[in-house]
Order: sequence, then structure tokens, then C-alpha cells
Amino acid sequence: MTAVITDQYDRQLRLWAASGQQALEDAHILLLNSGAGTVGVETLKNLVLPGIGKFTIADDATVKQADLGINFFLDEDCLGKPRSECCVKLLQELNPDVKGDWFPRENVRPWHDPRGKKVTNRIAQGESLESLFEHEHNFTLIMYSLPIEAESLALVQKYAEKNKVPLLSIHSAGFYSYFRIHLPGTFPIVDTHPESTATTDLRLLTPWPELSKFAADVTADIENQSAHEHGHIPYVALLLHYLGKWKDIHGSLPSTYKEKTAFRDTVSAGARRDNPEGGEENFDEAIAAVLKTISASSLASSVKEVFDYKPSEVEASSSFWVIADAIKQFYGKHNALPLPGSVPDMKAQSTIYVQLQNIYKAKARQDVSEVLEIVRAHPSGKDIEVAEVETFCKNAAFIKLIRGIDSTPPSIQTVASQEFENDKTAELTMMPLSLLPIYLSLNATSHLPSASSSDILATVGKDILGASDNQRLVEAAEEVARAKGGELHNISALTGGMVAQEVIKIITRQYIPIDNTIARLQQKQ
Amino acid sequence: MSQPVMVAGTIPVPALEPDSRWTYLDNVRRNTGPYTSEEFDTSDEAVSTMDRLKVLGAGGLGCELLKDLALSGFKDIHVIDMDTIDVSNLNRQFLFRHSDVGKSKAEVAARFVEKRVKGVSITPHNCKIQDKDEDFYMQFNIVICGLDSIEARRWMNSTLINLADPENPESYKPLIDGGTEDCQVPGLSTQLGFKGQSRVVFPTITSCLECQLDMHAPRQAVPLCTLATIPRQPEHCIEWAHIIAWEQEQPFPKLDNDDPEHITWLYKKALARAEEFKISGVTYSLTQGVVKNIIPAIASTNAIIAASCCNEAFKIATQTNPSLGFEENYMMYSGNDSIYTYTFKHEKKDDCPVCGQLARDLEVDPNFTLQEFIESLAERSEAQLKKPSIRAESHTLYMQSPVSLEEMTRPNLKKKIGELVGNGDEIAVTDPSLGTVNFKYKLKFSKEYRAAV
Repeated sequence: MTAVITDQYDRQLRLWAASGQQALEDAHILLLNSGAGTVGVETLKNLVLPGIGKFTIADDATVKQADLGINFFLDEDCLGKPRSECCVKLLQELNPDVKGDWFPRENVRPWHDPRGKKVTNRIAQGESLESLFEHEHNFTLIMYSLPIEAESLALVQKYAEKNKVPLLSIHSAGFYSYFRIHLPGTFPIVDTHPESTATTDLRLLTPWPELSKFAADVTADIENQSAHEHGHIPYVALLLHYLGKWKDIHGSLPSTYKEKTAFRDTVSAGARRDNPEGGEENFDEAIAAVLKTISASSLASSVKEVFDYKPSEVEASSSFWVIADAIKQFYGKHNALPLPGSVPDMKAQSTIYVQLQNIYKAKARQDVSEVLEIVRAHPSGKDIEVAEVETFCKNAAFIKLIRGIDSTPPSIQTVASQEFENDKTAELTMMPLSLLPIYLSLNATSHLPSASSSDILATVGKDILGASDNQRLVEAAEEVARAKGGELHNISALTGGMVAQEVIKIITRQYIPIDNTIARLQQKQ
Repeated sequence: MSQPVMVAGTIPVPALEPDSRWTYLDNVRRNTGPYTSEEFDTSDEAVSTMDRLKVLGAGGLGCELLKDLALSGFKDIHVIDMDTIDVSNLNRQFLFRHSDVGKSKAEVAARFVEKRVKGVSITPHNCKIQDKDEDFYMQFNIVICGLDSIEARRWMNSTLINLADPENPESYKPLIDGGTEDCQVPGLSTQLGFKGQSRVVFPTITSCLECQLDMHAPRQAVPLCTLATIPRQPEHCIEWAHIIAWEQEQPFPKLDNDDPEHITWLYKKALARAEEFKISGVTYSLTQGVVKNIIPAIASTNAIIAASCCNEAFKIATQTNPSLGFEENYMMYSGNDSIYTYTFKHEKKDDCPVCGQLARDLEVDPNFTLQEFIESLAERSEAQLKKPSIRAESHTLYMQSPVSLEEMTRPNLKKKIGELVGNGDEIAVTDPSLGTVNFKYKLKFSKEYRAAV
């Protein structure tokens, strides 16, 4: 990347780094557009700006007046022209680095109508969606907006399944919208970007010899240390020192809440208070860290899920599963994950702090080399890069497996009865009411430009018993019917922002996308 | 798709329907829904009242706000922004191009949207929000701000609340606030970028931004002694270069955060210091980030927050559905780990320094000097006052301005609290840079006062 591009993307590189940016720049996204046609275009806007490589819009609508009242990427010059081409051109203005294409491509041939007026007529080249899919196999991700013709939907689903392409559906109508992500199979993520406060892993209950020696050295003759020395003992060493003393007295380390609070009091009693500040900052830090750091680390359920997962033969040879398996073996042997190796900032003298950092870094490197050895022994582990193993080890406690397509999804009846049951106690449990009625009502118009509320309820009623007696379903159906299949710009812009965030998370494989569930949005309060 | 998949042969040019531009908006403006109130009016007259409403958009979310407001059917939109376009804005502020770098954001954005959406009037104001007076703000029906600093938000909030006059219903201006750069909810996440919040304030009636100030914790500053003597992090080395080395060496007359030469100087200084202390991690990008306090920002998050604000403005203006405000008034959004949104009611505070009446208790060590007390106010999450002036019931303790008063009250800074006021006294703390924010504190001495010998 040149300097100019780095500057332009500075604010996002701080979120997903050069690796994420590269993934975006290598991506090609297809939007199958339909209906009022704005939600997908708003999504693309949020992907063109950060520099997605290429996008294609397939849309067979021509621009009408109503489009100009909702779609920002059309203007009066576009009236009567293909919506796909016009939107692509105005979107491309946002970022010259991004390639745009539209479909169907047409030959433009001017002719004269019976009154002699020159008309630009458009002759399609006989292309169909099928031919698009025949010629283009490089889509990274496909989005389609609803409502959509059943045949088109079948085609795109077939293509996505065959080529293992993530598929997103988006439906925005009036004040309501939902979207849904179909990932092709499992989707493991290493770089989940956990909160920095969550990543502290100091191993104070299981120190290794180098760390114990360091703590003993800096706390040696602690009673007689100068005020400066005493006030700058890093809290990690303080806690190890007092843990040792505790163990000498009690025979074991503090484990219950009561023991930990008692331990905290002993640490507190060690602080010198005969100074102008009436205390010591490093001791304050130690006291604050007791409950957070003095506890046996247990495996997060998301990591356990990765360990328990049985990858298919194809999956098992991918670098993720090879490293995951190595880390699982490492965990089996040590009952601990590889050490991430970072040390939070704490009151300390510079040299002492750097020394402490190096002790954690050295242990982390040692753990990486042990994992690397297991990886190399794997038949598919020869060519895996060391950097990938390092990143994996650093993030091991936060890896996440998104399941993608559920092979046996619960029936909509089961989901509905559960959701409506929860709603009965929602007021008591202070939980928001289910948004399922909105999804059901929108879903009933998946293939219809618009529908009356009784039509919607009749369709919903095929799956859900007593739909027309359910007050919230009736209201949702009325609200959907009110929109007559039209979008509202704000709702589509909001939904387009949400979908774009999810697309970025999927393409960069960073942060955590929604797990195949449906995010629905109610715009009534 | 509404058309068959095969597209072949000729597609006739559709007959243009000139009046159907706002078809989709009219679907909801001209039809009642299950949640519209009895007073909801679907007549031509009611729909056309929107043409006369004046709305104001301010701050960094401006591009999104203008697009969304124009396509919500608002016709008279004003935008206020003092900034000029920087190349790092282009990844999200979509009305600007490389050729616009250096021009006024308000002006470029206004011209662009006016050209794109026919029939909308957009008036740009290339200045600070604080440069405008009450008469200016009085002309609007709704104010939306996507400002990037807490100080600017507090100023706008107190200004609008002060406009509210019970004799004049027109003086109550709903304030809609959106932000993506400071949603540091205690206990919740601090990593920004995929997060934001939007909220609605009905002045004097519902919880105001000042009532909610403790939701936005101030950034903890690194102690100076750490920077000066015991740096441990790359950030400490950069802050040292920024605060201490620059002062000492003054390599250029005045530090300009946007001048690469200046940042390079700081970077090299920080790097040398880091090497001295064997600290790793000082980079040019980190230096820039620390010095400019850069917060990551992306188009999609701005889109979410701005659209949610404009959707509330649209609902308030049209009554097409219930808006945020009286019940729930605060929506937060986080996209880091799956999607998490939470909408709730933040309660109005009776002791709010802007919209409340009561004094709040404040525990204070009477042996603090007034100077120390003033410094402590900057760190209190509910106050965050950087330049406060303080009055006791009967006399002035310290005034930041005018200069004559500052000089007269300056000696008090060295005096102890216990010498200046009594236990249980009320003091008033103001900060003109935040508008008419007026903290009333009832002092409770935490210790015995030891008078100086």
C-alpha cells in the first residue's frame, strides 16, 4: 500500500490491521438487488469506502421517481436507465480504488419512436443470472435483498452451496428489517479481538521457576527496602510474595471467596502508610488485582467447543485445525493453554518492568515452540507459518468457532412457541419482547412485492397455530402491510451499516460475526 | 427480483410519474399503523408541515446525517461544522473526495447533498457550535448532533435546555445525540470502532446529556512522574516526547498535530527514549494515535448511529411511530462480538447541574488546597470540569475570567478548603466553556480541618 492509501485508511487499519485490509481488497461481492433496492446499496457504500476490491450489482429494475426519494446513489439523470449500472457508477465515485461491475450488461442502441423522438433502447445480451454464475466463480460473498423471485433465490442458493460462498439475505420494509447469514460450514476465528481487560493472564497460582525467582529477588528483605524500592515493587511480585507467605501458614493457596478477601487484607496490611500519600500505589494495584488474577483459569466454553469439535477430513488438514489440535494436546499435557505473554502496565521501575515483561515473553516463546513441534509432526503441518502458530497461541483463550449452517435447525413452530412463552414473563424478567413476529411477517412477503395484513397472517398461519389471534403478530403484520413493500431510507441505512459490519467481520476473519442467527430490528422505540 | 430472470429483448422506457418521488415515505406518512396514536394525521396538510420544519445537524456524523435527513423528507436542513476535510476522513465521510481535502466540511457536504437530492435546501455554517447564539438555535425544530467531544456535547445540551421556556412551547427543542467515539460504559467494553450510541433528550422533561455524563468516563491520564522517570510502555515514551521533550527543546514554534514533520520529530524522540529504557513498540502510527488521540472509525458504524438518530428525528417530526424519548431514551450498539443492542430509560437526575435543582453532596478533604480541589473536579466522572470557576454562598472563591477577577481570586488557590468554606456549605461550580453548566455541591468534610500554623 502506498502512503496515501494508508492515510486514507488510517482509522480502519487501527481496527483490522494490514491483514484485514488485504482480505477486503482481495474480495469480490455480489449484490442481487430487487424491490425498493436501497438496503443492499447502502451496505455496499459501507464496503466501498473502506476499499473492498470489487463489487457487482445484479438488478433488472430501471430507475423510477420513487427510487430518487430513497436511494442516495441515483440522481435525476438516472431516470429510465438501468438501476444496477447507475448505482455502480455513483458508488464507485466514493473510492477510485474499487472496481465495480453490473449485470445484466446491455448493448445500447438509440432508435426513434413513432413521434420521431430519439430514445435510448437497451437490448440485453441474452444473459441470465445462470450465465453470470457460469462465468464468474470468484465471488467472496453474495448478498441478496428481499423480496426475491423464488427461481432466482434457488439459483443463488445453489451457487453459494456449490462454491462454498457465504450468503446474506436482507429484508427491509417500512420500519422493519432483518438479515440472515448462511456461512458455508464451520467458520473458525483466531483474531477475535477480545477486550484488553479480559486478556490478562498472569499465572500467579502456577508460577514457573524464572517468575518465582524474579518475585523472590525483588521482594527480598522487603521490610527494610527504601521507600522508593518498596513503592515500586511490581504488583505481580507483591502478590507472588504474599501468596508464598499465605501458603506457608495455611498449607494451600487461597481458593474460596472468603479466603481471597482475607488474602487481600494481608496484602493491604503490607502497604506502608507512614508517607505523605498515606499508602502505596503498587499495593493499591495489587489489592485491586486479587480477585481478578488469583483464580485457577478454566477453559472458556468457546475454546472447549473447538477442542470437542470433530473436523471433517478436509477441514482437519487446514492450518486452523492442525494448530487447534496441537494446542489441545498442549493443554492435555500442561492443563493450561500456551501463555499469551503480555503484561499489563503496573507501577514499577522501568528496568524491573522490562525484566518482568521478558520473563513472560520468554515463557510464551517456549510454549509456542512446543506447540510448533506438535504442529510440525502433523502430516499437514509442515508448511504452516510460525507467525500463524504464534498468533494462535497468543489468542488461544479467545478462539471461536461459528457453526454456520445448522444441519437440523429447530422448526419454526418450536422456536415460536418458545419465544411466545418467554414473552409471557418478559415484564417480570425485564427482557425485551421477542422480535419473532416481525421476522415472521417480513418472511411471509419474501417473494411478494407487497401484501395485505390478512394475507401475511394467512401465510404465517400455515406454520404458526392461531397466528391471527396473536396480538403482536397481528400488529407486526399490519406494520409490514403498511409499508407496501417500500423501504424507508433510515431503516435501510441502519440495516446497511449492520450488514456491512458483519460482512467485514466475515471477510477479514476478525471480531465475531453473528452465528447464523437472525438479527431483527424493531423500529418502534 | 420483481422481474423474471431472463432479460431479453427490449425493455420499454417506463412512463415517468412525476409525483411519486416520495411514494415510500408516504406509505407511512399517509397510512396509520398499529402503533400510531389517535392524533396521527395522514392529511396532505399534516404531511406538508414537514416542509417547514428546520433541522440542524452538527459534527463528524454530518455526511450521514445530511443524506439521511434529506431522504427522510426534511426540506430545510442546516449543518454546522468547523472542520476542514482531511485525507483520513475519506474512508467514511462519503461526500468528500481527494480533491476536496482542505475545504470546509460543512460547505462541501451541503453542496453535494443539495445537488443529489432535488428540492432540499442545505445551509452550511463553517464555524464552532459555540460561535452561535441562542437566537440561532431558537430557529430549529430539532437538533441532531454527532459531535466528537464530550465538551461540545455538554455545551449544546446546556444551551438547548436553557432555551426551554415554559411560556413558549416552541422553545423546547428535542436534542438527538449520536456518538461512536466515547461510549465507555463502565463495566462494558472499551474497544471502540464497532460501537456507538444514540439518545434523545426532551429538554427539562427527560434525562439530559449532563444527567448521563457518568456513562462516559474521562480518560485516565498517565502520572507525570511515570513519564519523567519510569516509563514502561511505548505510550509513556510518546507522551514524554509530546509533553516534556517538546516543551524543553521547542523544535518548532507551535506543535501542529497534522504536520508530518512535527509528528516525525516526536516519533524519533520517543523512539530514542524507548531504546534507552529497552521498551519496544514505538511506531510512527502509534505516535500519531497517541498525540492526536485517534479513535478508530469506520463507515458502517457511523451509518448505524446516524440513521438511528435520523429515524428518531423522522418519527418525532411525523408521528409515524413512537420515538425514543419519554420511556426509553438511550440505545447502545456493539458489533465486536456478534451484535449487542440495548435500549433503556436513563432517569433524569434531580441534582443534575443543567436540568436539576438540587445540590449534590460532595465529600472533600478540608486540608486540600483550592488548587488541588479544582484538579480533582476534572477527574470526577460526573463533573469532568477542566476550567471551573467556583463560588461559595457569600463570596467568590476562584474565577477563570475576566482577567481582573482571576488575578484577584488567584491567591485563594493556595489556601485550604477549610479556610475558605465551612463544613456543610454549598458551593456553585461553573465552566463557561461548557455553556451554562452549574454544579451545586454541598460540602461534607471527610477529615478534620487542621488550620495552618
